[in-house]
Amino acid sequence: MKTESCTLLIIGAGPGGYVCGIRAGQLGLDTIVVEGDRPGGTCLNVGCIPSKALIHAADEFAKVSQFAGDNELGISTTAPRIDLARTLAWKDGIVKRLTGGVSSLLKKSGTRVVSGTARILDGKTVEVATRDGPRRISCEHMVIATGSKPLELPALPFGGPVISSTEALDLQELPKRLTVVGGGYIGLEIGTALAKLGAEVTVVEAADRILPQYDAELTKPVMARLAALGITLHLSARASGLTDEGRALTVESAEGRQEIAADKVLVTVGRAPVTRGFGLQDLGLTMNGEFLAIDDRCATSMRGVYAIGDVTGDPMLAHRAMAQGVIVAEHLAGQPALWDKHAIPAVCFTDPEIVTVGQLPGDAAADVQTAVFPFAANGRSLTVERSDGFVRILHAADTGLVLGIQAVGAGVSELAGEFALAIEMGATLTDIAETIHAHPTLSETVQETALKGLGRALHI
Amino acid sequence: MNILSVKLPDVGEGVTEAELAEWTVKVGDIVKEDDVIAAVMTDKATVEIPSLYDGRITWLAGEVGDVLAVGSDLVRIETEAEAVAGDTPEPIAEPAPDPGPDPAPEPPSETAEAPAPAPRKPAPATPAQPGPPRAEGQAPLASPSVRARARQGGLDLRQVPGTGPAGRITHDDLDTLFAQPPRGRQPGAAAGRAKRSGTEEIKVIGMRRKIAERMALANQRIPHITVVEEVDVTALEDLRTRMNATRGDRPKLTVLPLVAAALARAVVDHPEMNAHYMDDEGHVLRHAGVHVGMATMTEAGLVVPVLRHVEALGLFEIAAEIARLSEAARAGKAGRDELTGSTITITSLGPLGALATTPIINHPEVAILGINKMATRPMWDGSQFVPRKMMNISASFDHRVIDGWDAAVFVQRMKTLLETPALIFVEA
Repeated sequence: MKTESCTLLIIGAGPGGYVCGIRAGQLGLDTIVVEGDRPGGTCLNVGCIPSKALIHAADEFAKVSQFAGDNELGISTTAPRIDLARTLAWKDGIVKRLTGGVSSLLKKSGTRVVSGTARILDGKTVEVATRDGPRRISCEHMVIATGSKPLELPALPFGGPVISSTEALDLQELPKRLTVVGGGYIGLEIGTALAKLGAEVTVVEAADRILPQYDAELTKPVMARLAALGITLHLSARASGLTDEGRALTVESAEGRQEIAADKVLVTVGRAPVTRGFGLQDLGLTMNGEFLAIDDRCATSMRGVYAIGDVTGDPMLAHRAMAQGVIVAEHLAGQPALWDKHAIPAVCFTDPEIVTVGQLPGDAAADVQTAVFPFAANGRSLTVERSDGFVRILHAADTGLVLGIQAVGAGVSELAGEFALAIEMGATLTDIAETIHAHPTLSETVQETALKGLGRALHI
Repeated sequence: MNILSVKLPDVGEGVTEAELAEWTVKVGDIVKEDDVIAAVMTDKATVEIPSLYDGRITWLAGEVGDVLAVGSDLVRIETEAEAVAGDTPEPIAEPAPDPGPDPAPEPPSETAEAPAPAPRKPAPATPAQPGPPRAEGQAPLASPSVRARARQGGLDLRQVPGTGPAGRITHDDLDTLFAQPPRGRQPGAAAGRAKRSGTEEIKVIGMRRKIAERMALANQRIPHITVVEEVDVTALEDLRTRMNATRGDRPKLTVLPLVAAALARAVVDHPEMNAHYMDDEGHVLRHAGVHVGMATMTEAGLVVPVLRHVEALGLFEIAAEIARLSEAARAGKAGRDELTGSTITITSLGPLGALATTPIINHPEVAILGINKMATRPMWDGSQFVPRKMMNISASFDHRVIDGWDAAVFVQRMKTLLETPALIFVEA
């Protein structure tokens, strides 16, 4: 077997791995990215992008459905129908275009892509099982970017009617009754979309509320919307398995045991890092729980071995992995790069959307004040028929330093950039309040929230 | 954890203020009780100030050259110790960056006034900064571009005070720092360099001429042989620390009294070292009494006050005598009898003590012992590295009357005595 060599070897071409590969190539490092599947990882293939496509299709469908009935806009049409197979083909087209884009960007940067499953032999050598047989690659530096996969419940192993998010984004036929186990953002995003397309959706959550990482204030508008869409919630309830004939889910709660009829059971109880089965454990790297422990240059405990993305822990977000990928590439190219980000924005594409950046009210910190401004007082919100939700700014009582910004509302995901910029720049309430925000936009609400924090809100 | 202050002590009669002559510590340093933290200079003498506590330095009173009042805080130390009795213990409030006025009327940005890089203008931001720029554990606040620029420039933002809103570090703050010539290691910071010309004539007169003549005499006549040896002074330091802990009103023991005592003990077996070689007369005078010259730096230059009859003095007596003599020498008040008659000499550069020196013999003596810098070094004990306090000694001998072998044996004897200090006090 011939042995190839390179300076940098990246295992996994997800958002972390491919960005690391592109940046390393740009910086002139001789780089190889190994990927067993299509490039783009979970994000492009079975995560962020396909789920947003599905959500969009569901929203459009719901909109037309609404016009089919009585509506204030005075639009009338007949009840819509959807050819889900065609929707999926459209979605797959987007995915294909993006993954193809990743491949050509890697190529353009001069980074080589090797298709096949990697097996780590030691900290400097990897064997890749390619279609043309095994290839051995030795490297000076290695980046582990193997990502994560949906967590399985022992009582509900994947298969048959029990599906993960991956299958849920590829349903050729709409299930009549869908039960979602796990009321986190993945389950709610997909559950809401399928409910809008006409499925009868039930959500089973073990905690006493949905989206338990957020405070109740923030999730209240989402709760209201779920109710309006006819989604049934079972909180403080545990899914204990399928009934014998596999046509219903058994759920246990304080009210006792209950059976929920379901054609499909979507299990979204979290994601687990991919650290087993490819020789990684033989390196004996220091772990941080089930994740790889890294320092502020994404270096693991073994010299020359780095890790980025979901294998390194929460938050498991594509943009975090991408930022880590850039840092590793620049560090290896001799630049003084290190992880010094103040905040990682997180967006939850439920209906309405939730954005959080920086400190949350639960994060204990003294002398923090909160300013809230509702979208009900924003003109633009009223013109798009969505006035639910608010913007909230946590700020230091003495200096007005912005410590955290959250918003819940339709379309607020696009405000995430302003929020993150404010925190990364070290903005104070005054900085935001004194910046002209265009009228009429949702972003005016951000300015008004800052003004309110300063005690001089105008439009409330 | 307390934050306690070490105040500038009363360093001399009628002295109300002293000038900071030297810092031997900086903010963030860990000090032990009795470690010298600073030297201050009055119009009479330069005095070393020891730390009163074990702990970490959080604040220094000023820069070298600043004049401080007696009784004012010299340093602040974060320590687990309680305040020393007799010293007012008020724990110092954390030097919090003052909260500033209400957010109401902020003065126009002070950075706007200097659009062009005014050369050598004292930086407005840094000087009066008492201690670290922000509370411990508080991350520096700066925009990503400022952070990137600091990384490129090798600047640790944790050490940089911010003048922006909420203490934000701005590009202007970095401009100020990068423009500072002394500490800026920036390769591009060559601005303000210029060629100098001219020559200044310094007359070699008085004491300086005397020193020059004696050095020349010693170097012309005496063929020096210098032996350097490393000494493990861990035991000696332990002993010293213990004695200092129970010293009461007696003066603090430095290493010097112990070395002097060891020297006095060593010459018992090596009388040839405690001698004068009267080269003009052609004989050697071996002396019974051990009169140790202490090479001392004064403002006027090197003087060598003499510790008389060290063989008859206790350690604390030697310490007291050294303190008295060096004070007198530095004040220029040492009498003639206090400056002559040494039979062997010790020279020490204190914290500047270097790895090794080649001491010049104080003619007509035949030996001089140089004390080099003490440092904790990893030493191999046969199975592992252990931290030991190591100090080199550099001794020169008059090779006309002392053979290399004898020189080496004598240095080994000194090493043995210093490594096992109990031997100093054991009767021969």
